[in-house]
Amino acid sequence: MSELRDLYQEVILDHNKHPRNFHPVDPHSHEADGYNPLCGDRVHLELQVDDNGVIESIGFQGDGCAISTASASIMTEALKGHTVEEAKALFERFRHLVTEDDAEVDPSMGKVAVLAGVREFPMRVKCATLAWHTFDAAIREAGEFTAE
Amino acid sequence: MSTVEPVTEHQAPVSAHREDFPILARPMNGRPLAFLDSAASAQKPACVIDAEARCYREYYANIHRGVYQLSQRSTDAYEGARKRVAELLNAPDHREVAFVRGTTEAINLVAHSFVRPQLQPGDEILITGMEHHSNIVPWQLICEETGAKLVVSPVTDTGEVDLEDFRGRLGPRTRFASIAHVSNALGTINPVAEMIAAAREADVPTLVDGAQGVPHMAVDVQALGCDFYCFSGHKLYGPSGVGALWGRFELLRGMRPYQGGGEMIRYVTFEKSDFAPPPQRFEAGTPNIAGAIALGEAVDYVRGIGLERIGAHEQALLAYATERLEAIEGLRIIGNATHKAGVISFVLDGVHPHDIGTILDQEGVAVRAGHHCAQPVMDRFGVPATVRASFGLYNSREDVDALVNALHRVKEFFG
Repeated sequence: MSELRDLYQEVILDHNKHPRNFHPVDPHSHEADGYNPLCGDRVHLELQVDDNGVIESIGFQGDGCAISTASASIMTEALKGHTVEEAKALFERFRHLVTEDDAEVDPSMGKVAVLAGVREFPMRVKCATLAWHTFDAAIREAGEFTAE
Repeated sequence: MSTVEPVTEHQAPVSAHREDFPILARPMNGRPLAFLDSAASAQKPACVIDAEARCYREYYANIHRGVYQLSQRSTDAYEGARKRVAELLNAPDHREVAFVRGTTEAINLVAHSFVRPQLQPGDEILITGMEHHSNIVPWQLICEETGAKLVVSPVTDTGEVDLEDFRGRLGPRTRFASIAHVSNALGTINPVAEMIAAAREADVPTLVDGAQGVPHMAVDVQALGCDFYCFSGHKLYGPSGVGALWGRFELLRGMRPYQGGGEMIRYVTFEKSDFAPPPQRFEAGTPNIAGAIALGEAVDYVRGIGLERIGAHEQALLAYATERLEAIEGLRIIGNATHKAGVISFVLDGVHPHDIGTILDQEGVAVRAGHHCAQPVMDRFGVPATVRASFGLYNSREDVDALVNALHRVKEFFG
């Protein structure tokens, strides 16, 4: 059961119940839709990036499980005020963290590291990365991301 | 028709057959496995596993062609399985049974070989609002190709077909009706006999998707009066990758092949090929020989226990599970039809089905969490997904108790 406790940490349960930045961003420079056809989770992400490449504002909407909702909520908190380049680098480190068994939690990752427990639940990794892939699609102006 | 044995006091309960299933003896996370996902795919008894292995170990060869003994034995076993399937469905003639990969392939076969050649722009195909994607998408594809229209008879708030609505949608342009015997997402047992009768009055041929019907009740295609009936082996305790399509011989005889290849022809030149009669016409290429043979074994197995007994056992479990689940605060059962098979879909306030599925798994309880390949049903009831517990012959009250206890654990987590 300790693995379950690692997965559903208090922080995650809290972000699931009270998601942060759960709103549209108006005006916004980028947006994308993420969809996981396996479970039907949907996330719509909007962000405003200023001329210096800084994410001024970011918000999400949608419907999903605790892991995908909390991950989206925590992601928006983590990315706000950072540059797009910093955000992309954090995405890479986050992806490594939740997919590689030997990945160590890097203190500079901040709160996003609470999702590390998802590693023990391979079926749920896509829930944790959905918002991040959607962010990536928004930045690339791909419009949408569908988990394969 | 399966023969019904009178239930005597000496007879062991149906769930005692759990011992026949080797996988169910394996613990899950240190607990006995409560396998409640038979509607997705059922587990296999040792006799079915052994039948498939025995074919490969003792007498395997390709069928319908070799002059040597192994080929003859394989052919006999394969054709014997076809007869067993015909008996299971009470088909008048075993030549009316074609082996296919499963229900999905059977529906696609009928869509392409029977329905599509008849379709004109503006024609209609009628389905219900509770169909599995496999009984929606094949029709959409041929509608797109021909300009025909897919007409849907919606489901009621309790998750049932409205017979009057269904009748009303059978119009002069309706060319075909394709309906689920039992809804995989809601458990509803549809009044298929009445629906088929209505279609016949309107001169509309019918297909019944029996994927969720055959494992839970005795099916008699002659009594039902449908034109096609299909099911998957893997939901009937048989192997995956094999299933059966039954169709009236006079219809099968007039149908074009679904796929071209070996086995399905009578004579081939480069100018023209003559097709073999049914069912070989619909079995192009080397089929799933050992799988079909093992499916025949699965048919013997369920008929040996008795499909009426299995059905009654699952009904008792359904009643028990419904009562216990309804007692959980914040739990809502989706699909409250009067006639249901052993399927319960539900949602729990404030907890996503996916999270429930993960926690239940840790407790040794296997359920399906998701849209069950029936997204329009989810939309109809305004939920993104549900948790679905479904019963097989091996389930017992202990499995239901394990589910209920695990759901209390979910509530502790998310409380």
